[in-house]
Amino acid sequence: MMIELEKIIEDFLSSRENIKKRVIVCAGTGCVANGSLKVFNTLIDVSKELGIDAHIELKKENSGSFFSKSGCQGFCQNGPLINILPAGILYTKVKPEDAKEILEKTVKDDELIERLCYHSGNTICKGQEEIPFYQKQHRIVLKQCGIIDPENIREYIANGGYLAARKACMQMTDKEICDVVLESGLRGRGGAGFLTGRKWDITRKQEGTKKYMICNGDEGDPGAFMDRSVMEGNPHSVIEGLIIAAKATGADEGYIYIRTEYSLAVERMNRAVKDATDIGILGDNVFGSNHNFKLHVMEGAGAFVCGEETALIASVEGKRAMPSPKPPFPAQSGLWGKPTTINNVETLATVPLIINYGALKFRKIGTENSTGTKTFALTGNVANTGLIEVPMGTTLRHIIFDIAGGVTDDEGKINEDNFKAVQIGGPSGGCLTKEHFDLSLEFESLKKIGAMIGSGGLVVMSKHNCMVNVSKFFMQFTQNESCGKCVLCREGNKQMLLMLTDITNGKANEKTLALLEQLAKAVMAGSLCGLGKTAPNPVLSTLKYFRDEYNAHVKEKRCPAGECVNLLSYTITDKCVGCGVCALKCPVKAITGQKGKKHTIDTPECIKCGVCMTSCKFSAVERG
Amino acid sequence: MTSNYSKFEAVCCILEENNFDKSKLIPILQSVQEEYRYLPAEIMSFISSSLDMSPAIVYGVATFYSHFTLNPKGENIIKVCNGTACHVKKSAAIIDAMRKKLGLKENENTTKDMLFTIETVACLGACGLAPVVVINENVHGQMTAEKIVKLIDETMGAK
Repeated sequence: MMIELEKIIEDFLSSRENIKKRVIVCAGTGCVANGSLKVFNTLIDVSKELGIDAHIELKKENSGSFFSKSGCQGFCQNGPLINILPAGILYTKVKPEDAKEILEKTVKDDELIERLCYHSGNTICKGQEEIPFYQKQHRIVLKQCGIIDPENIREYIANGGYLAARKACMQMTDKEICDVVLESGLRGRGGAGFLTGRKWDITRKQEGTKKYMICNGDEGDPGAFMDRSVMEGNPHSVIEGLIIAAKATGADEGYIYIRTEYSLAVERMNRAVKDATDIGILGDNVFGSNHNFKLHVMEGAGAFVCGEETALIASVEGKRAMPSPKPPFPAQSGLWGKPTTINNVETLATVPLIINYGALKFRKIGTENSTGTKTFALTGNVANTGLIEVPMGTTLRHIIFDIAGGVTDDEGKINEDNFKAVQIGGPSGGCLTKEHFDLSLEFESLKKIGAMIGSGGLVVMSKHNCMVNVSKFFMQFTQNESCGKCVLCREGNKQMLLMLTDITNGKANEKTLALLEQLAKAVMAGSLCGLGKTAPNPVLSTLKYFRDEYNAHVKEKRCPAGECVNLLSYTITDKCVGCGVCALKCPVKAITGQKGKKHTIDTPECIKCGVCMTSCKFSAVERG
Repeated sequence: MTSNYSKFEAVCCILEENNFDKSKLIPILQSVQEEYRYLPAEIMSFISSSLDMSPAIVYGVATFYSHFTLNPKGENIIKVCNGTACHVKKSAAIIDAMRKKLGLKENENTTKDMLFTIETVACLGACGLAPVVVINENVHGQMTAEKIVKLIDETMGAK
């Protein structure tokens, strides 16, 4: 169908020409959990009471202020966030009670409410441009997430959306698109980092008229939420990427496979596909070309292994998601035996940028072998958790200290000494320590040290996180998610979990460590798919960098981080004045002593609840 | 007899909506679970004969994916996130507090009065707010053992 994007842009711009101010309330998962929808509704209600000219719809006759919701703005820990344009003011931690003040002062009179601004040290930051968290990033994929209304296709188009898809469909041949993407150096953002252009080209060369395109939105990696934010915040960028990919590979049908836990992403994506179909961007004769493309949204049912291409295909076909050996590759024989390309959400959202910028300009971002930007989900013990985007090759130091604002202690205060490690890439990744602060984060450099970018989760761990426990946590996850096809993955991971449990319970010895290492290598070698091949990574990586901690567990039966309950022991030091409070509080009566004299803990009786330690006013109880 | 008859009505509609398409087994099971709140054995047999598939295949798919449950769920569903970020911020303590509050024994996930079911999920993708708990689709961030007990009380009170 012929559609004139220019006409849509013109209509959209004229519909907002009388709007003076725009108030954008973040409706990403984080902010919604903190009550941003309540804030939005209160703003609307109160503006009516105050007689402020406010609208939630763009129409030519509407003037005054326009209120809209957006996807994730990334600064999750400080939510709910409100962005006021054109002044570029960002208010953080807004409560419904603040609505009146915001409307009266800022919306009506352009007055800044300093109380609601983000404070960086002693500096009051007016908006995104002044907040270090945003300043130090390079947001291109996430640029429009958090500004545009994800449920309004017209706004996406008015911001230059679908121009790249039209160019690809009308002015470029399939080979030209593959070449541009190959030349741009774009590599898959899902984990393995295969060159996207090459992947497309393999499918393109396959004979036959029926081909499929699949978008993998089954982001199961615990600790990662980049894909979710893109799907919720800018769903049309994913659809545009899919249209370009479909044209390049010759696919006329596609699926977007989304994790069932991401209900908002499913809802927004369904809406976006419907809007794009209604407007004529999806369906027969896309943009009036001879290219057809039909798109379906499919909800997953909870299986991490679907991150593996062949497993995902089985799941779309309605079967158990068990991976199958490659070759044949999905590009040769994928969904229902037809050539199929599978790309990750972030990869697809990057594609329109490449078509718009051109390969050369895109290559300038990032490093020689890892071009472009990468989004990371930054969590754990840092001042500002949230969603960030940086060029490939950025150092860990820049991310942790400049963007995230530094490492925090358990009370949330900045304390650099509290840093222990960064876990990167989730259950398939590894650990980075202080010595890696200046390592450039890209595909090859991380692979060299036994970690991987994975999908991009970055969890900052503190001194109080036991690394053995962390690797046990990941092993618990992978052994649970193993599909059971390969013996080494199914049984090996289970055995490794048992060994790690023994270690954390103080029932292991040095032989256990040797066996653990041996088995980890065997699982790596003997598994068919990425899940099994990378499952031992957390174990091997923690063994490499935190051997001392493992040794303390097996040799001294001690957990240095104080996290493994079964290895803890509480003792009373000479600081004890014999007040008897701990003995009174102890639920199992394991503490005895005479009034006014040093008390003692009967270790076999002690259940390690720690109440003695918290109730002692003289810091006389120590945990070892 | 009548009540038994109507029991299958919903699944018939779901099958029709999906054109009795074998490849749509997962969406069919999802709709069935939404309707019945779990996957009853007799409904699964009904699906397998309607789609001309072996019951083993339907059962195999139903047990493979963690979203599907073969046991009835409680009225209120509490999902506790145990993703990396939540785990690092001590989600285990929240799970313990909840189980204790609801009087759940090991391997038990639903209370006897069928009021609550607790589930641990790998990651809810709200890591910035860790630790996270979802009670009936409402996301609650920066949870503590103390807060969850209060929330459970509130949920009980609201019913």
